Amino acid sequence: MGEQVIVCKELTKRFGDFYAVNNISFEVNRGEIFGFLGANGAGKTTAMRILCGLSYPSSGSATVAGFDVYRQQDEIKKNIGYMSQKFSLYENLTVSENIEFYGGVYGLSRAVIRERSAALIQTLGLEKETKKLVGELPLGWKQKLAFSVAIFHRPQIVFLDEPTGGVDPVTRRQFWDMIYEAAAGGITVFVTTHYMDEAEYCNRVTIMVDGKIEALDAPQALKQRFGAGNMEEVFYQLARSAKRSSD
Amino acid sequence: MKQLLVFIRKEFYHVFRDRRTLLIMFGLPVAQILLFGYALTSEVKNADIVIIDEAQDANTARIISKIKSSSYFIVHEQQLAGPEIDAAFKRGRIKCVLNFPPHFGSDLRHDGKASVQIIADGSDPNTAKTLVNYLTAIMAGYQQELGGGGGAPVGIVPELRMLYNPEGNGSLNFIPGVIALIFMIVCATLTSVSVVREKELGTMQILLVSPFHPIMVLIAKAIPYLVLSLVNFTFILVLSVGFLDIAVKGSLLLLFAESTLFIITCLSVGLLISNIAASQQAAMLISMMGMMLPTLLLTGFMYPLENMPLFLQLISNLVPARWYYLIVKAVMLKGLGFGAVWKETLVLAGMTGALLSLALLKFKTRLE
Repeated sequence: MGEQVIVCKELTKRFGDFYAVNNISFEVNRGEIFGFLGANGAGKTTAMRILCGLSYPSSGSATVAGFDVYRQQDEIKKNIGYMSQKFSLYENLTVSENIEFYGGVYGLSRAVIRERSAALIQTLGLEKETKKLVGELPLGWKQKLAFSVAIFHRPQIVFLDEPTGGVDPVTRRQFWDMIYEAAAGGITVFVTTHYMDEAEYCNRVTIMVDGKIEALDAPQALKQRFGAGNMEEVFYQLARSAKRSSD
Repeated sequence: MKQLLVFIRKEFYHVFRDRRTLLIMFGLPVAQILLFGYALTSEVKNADIVIIDEAQDANTARIISKIKSSSYFIVHEQQLAGPEIDAAFKRGRIKCVLNFPPHFGSDLRHDGKASVQIIADGSDPNTAKTLVNYLTAIMAGYQQELGGGGGAPVGIVPELRMLYNPEGNGSLNFIPGVIALIFMIVCATLTSVSVVREKELGTMQILLVSPFHPIMVLIAKAIPYLVLSLVNFTFILVLSVGFLDIAVKGSLLLLFAESTLFIITCLSVGLLISNIAASQQAAMLISMMGMMLPTLLLTGFMYPLENMPLFLQLISNLVPARWYYLIVKAVMLKGLGFGAVWKETLVLAGMTGALLSLALLKFKTRLE
């Protein structure tokens, strides 16, 4: 076990009588790809918002990158990256302008931005597209660019909120290659997904049901424990006991 | 600070690359100025007037010839009885009737005072009011001639409008109103739409997760529109001076300062709307209907507030544009200084403070 970058202890978020997140505890190690699964309404998003420094828990404790979610939200924000299903790039800004903007928002110096974006554009093979508006790029490129932008400021952890929604299988596979690369480079990846084949790519996954963590282990171990052939069956066995259904 | 600049630059890219935004920003003022300046003036020309001259003396003859020589009226000299007048009005053939009673001339000579009857078509109150003003002004002028300058113009009180607008330039009054309207549309609509757009795109989420402070997001959104609105204001002033022959009589500095205040008011309204609206369309609709109509109707530049029921007059006090309109009229058209408009400025500043705090407060609670 390496160093732990996310530590949650008995984390709870309550809205009135409703326990969106109910007493969850887990740790994520540095460089790990950590899958966060659950049906809609299971409490994934709420938990993720707390870990991203967007909302406060009702009780319990958690640290992200060593910073406390109650008192050090600003520090947390500096040390994480975030990408959602919506790709989060500005369509009427060019590729370079998007990179410069996000780099600037994270307070990187102009020189650092120039240096890293040159490297990034070369890696992505986007040399000819730098002056193109992002809106004109194909979906796969946008997604790769969005991910690269999310880790442009070299965060310790990147949160991916259903990053592959609405993307074709080939592009998804390529996207996961990028995730592996990032993890190999020491970035911890915290990913939510609805695709169970993607769950197989994670080092460990948790499955949330009705605000609680019902299972947490490596995909292989989970399949063995539930006597299932694939993650889909594991998920189904756990999720069908759920009483909540919507977000 | 550097982050803020990066953000502001991005907002400018958005504005300059979006043709719709540019069109609203700069096309709208031109259209409005032309529309209000040329087409929708309260100036009335060639109105049909029936003059019933029962006195038939030198006085009435001279007044009539004065009326004829003005470009406002087409004079029909006829003897019409009550029912005929009524019929003519109903058919819309005439706008106004002027009736000199039989002893007009002698009354004027002996008592220095004579009455005339003016009947106007009240179904069109603005035109009627204007025509009555023209007629009283013409008669006041004649009386002054008679008295050799010494005689007091009895019983005739020219409207303020005449006082500050001797040539009867109808677009004069509209300009301050149009400026207020444009600021409302441009600032409130464009700001609310641009904030809501980020929400729709999902980029707002990214910004909130970034170390960039949420309040700074709003400031960064507002600043480009503040700058562009000031540019726009200059543009409108140039148009007004150049095409509509309107002179800016007061201090330009004061005018810009007051306008900056009002732009901030409008931006706050826009930010507030962006908190309520879930989609760009909703934001657009709320700003257009919710802001444009009150500005148009309850500011006093199109429909005089004094003519409205008390209820609406009270409501009009809540419309920020109403106060800005008064300020611009005072400073731009009458050439008054800050001393004359400090009360209005205070009201406007209070409203801005309240709106802005409300917008920021709502934004914060939404984040939780």
